[in-house]
Amino acid sequence: MSRDRTPDSHDFPTRPYDLVREFVIALVVVIVVSGGLAVIFSSPDDPAITMAGWAKAAPSDVVATAAGELAGTTTSAGYGPPYNSNVPGQKLGPLSLQKWAGVRLPVDSSSLILRPLGNLSGDPALTTALSTWKTATPDQQTKWATAYSDALTKAPDNDPAKVAAGDYGPAPALSTAFLGLAKTGGLEGALTSSGNFYGGDQTQSLLLLTDGAYLESLARAQNLGGDQWGMMNEAGNAPGQPWMWLYTFWYQVPPFSTSDNADAQVWGVMMFLTLCLMFLPFIPGLRSIPRWIPLHKLIWRNYYRRTKRA
Amino acid sequence: MTTRTGELSPAETTDPKNWTNKLRGRIEGLVPPGQALPARQPVYVASWIYVFGVLTLASLVVVVASGCFLAMGGSAWWHVSSLGHFFNSVHLWSVEMTFGFMVVHLWGKFWMAAWRGKRALTWISGIMLFGISIGTSFTGFLSQSNFDSQWIGGQAKDGLNSIGAGAFFNVLNPGQMLMWHIVLLPLVVGALTLVHIILVRRHGVVPPLDAELEG
Repeated sequence: MSRDRTPDSHDFPTRPYDLVREFVIALVVVIVVSGGLAVIFSSPDDPAITMAGWAKAAPSDVVATAAGELAGTTTSAGYGPPYNSNVPGQKLGPLSLQKWAGVRLPVDSSSLILRPLGNLSGDPALTTALSTWKTATPDQQTKWATAYSDALTKAPDNDPAKVAAGDYGPAPALSTAFLGLAKTGGLEGALTSSGNFYGGDQTQSLLLLTDGAYLESLARAQNLGGDQWGMMNEAGNAPGQPWMWLYTFWYQVPPFSTSDNADAQVWGVMMFLTLCLMFLPFIPGLRSIPRWIPLHKLIWRNYYRRTKRA
Repeated sequence: MTTRTGELSPAETTDPKNWTNKLRGRIEGLVPPGQALPARQPVYVASWIYVFGVLTLASLVVVVASGCFLAMGGSAWWHVSSLGHFFNSVHLWSVEMTFGFMVVHLWGKFWMAAWRGKRALTWISGIMLFGISIGTSFTGFLSQSNFDSQWIGGQAKDGLNSIGAGAFFNVLNPGQMLMWHIVLLPLVVGALTLVHIILVRRHGVVPPLDAELEG
């Protein structure tokens, strides 16, 4: 590292400068401008999707998601840590960070369906379906639910009413009952992860919602998809998080856009770049860029002009 | 030795074993005498680029103040109150302004090579502030309890889970995210901002490149 010969700033001649007045003027400007922008542009507030809204708008998707949770074929069912250990998860090079963190937020995908249904009473058909399901072997359960899930995808318009006949066991009854429960609006409370009166943890209901296709279809319609620069966007025309442009950028280009470990790799790249920026004063070459591209001569043009004259 | 109330004996004010004396000495030594709020600056401090640091700080004050108004009404107040929605909008736009000013400030300091003259820690604390501010605003988006929160949480969990962080920092838990947004991260941002400002006042504004050759 070349010797830093920067003189002490306190040894330079000075001129009057009112820091407090500068701050107060800046504060007034920011208050006026942010208040004005708030009045003119407001802020987006698209209501959260409710389970009842989902059931009403896309009933087939609710049934398909329920069948998928029972079959263990949804995204969350095959996610890995921190929800389950069904797969090891993503790797950053040789590092299995996702696996090493462990299953700290355990979620059993079938319980997302069976637990809320188990709280219902007064429906003999549902009670029978639940009883049949519980007494079956895990293999049989998976066979029924997978067959029903596959049949749903092949049915015209994925309509549960048009599914071909087959050996699905209680899977159709459970999935349909789940749709009925969702329509009542009672599903959110049954899925609150904290398990107490106050709730506050929506991990399970959000995993269920993201397992369905409905949420994503609404998001993609607003250009919020991962391959639509969605991480930095917000619903409507609000500016969102433009400071995340670089993080979002990597998801749009190979090899990240096609990698199974894209999330871990993008995080790795961003951590590396952030550390480079942080320790830039110690990195030869990078720290010399301001000398090579002398924009500082514009910033300090008055000083340079004066010292040149002197 | 007995003294009047509020008056210390010479031995008490200089006792090196006295923890209070030590702490006062440390605090008084953080910034050179007269440099905490000086009424004069070096002659080279004469450019619009210097305004952006102060603008960032002013915007942060508006962010915190509008956030405090939102906190008074509770996490869902802004959905049902036009006044609450207005403060949410001020909060959003002041955050956008904070980042805009911060980025210009950062680029300005980069082209000034402002880490020179033992100012590396000032630069590092600034970059840390930028990164932690991103995390703070991100948890705000997750705490909105609306469609954006649902979608952003669903997307962001994959990134955080992929590096193991999601097991401890659960973006699908809005209760946890709200606490991070209004308590933990603002404390870090506030503390780092204080450190950053003290470092700026301690070392003064970085002199122009090659100014040493002129002297």
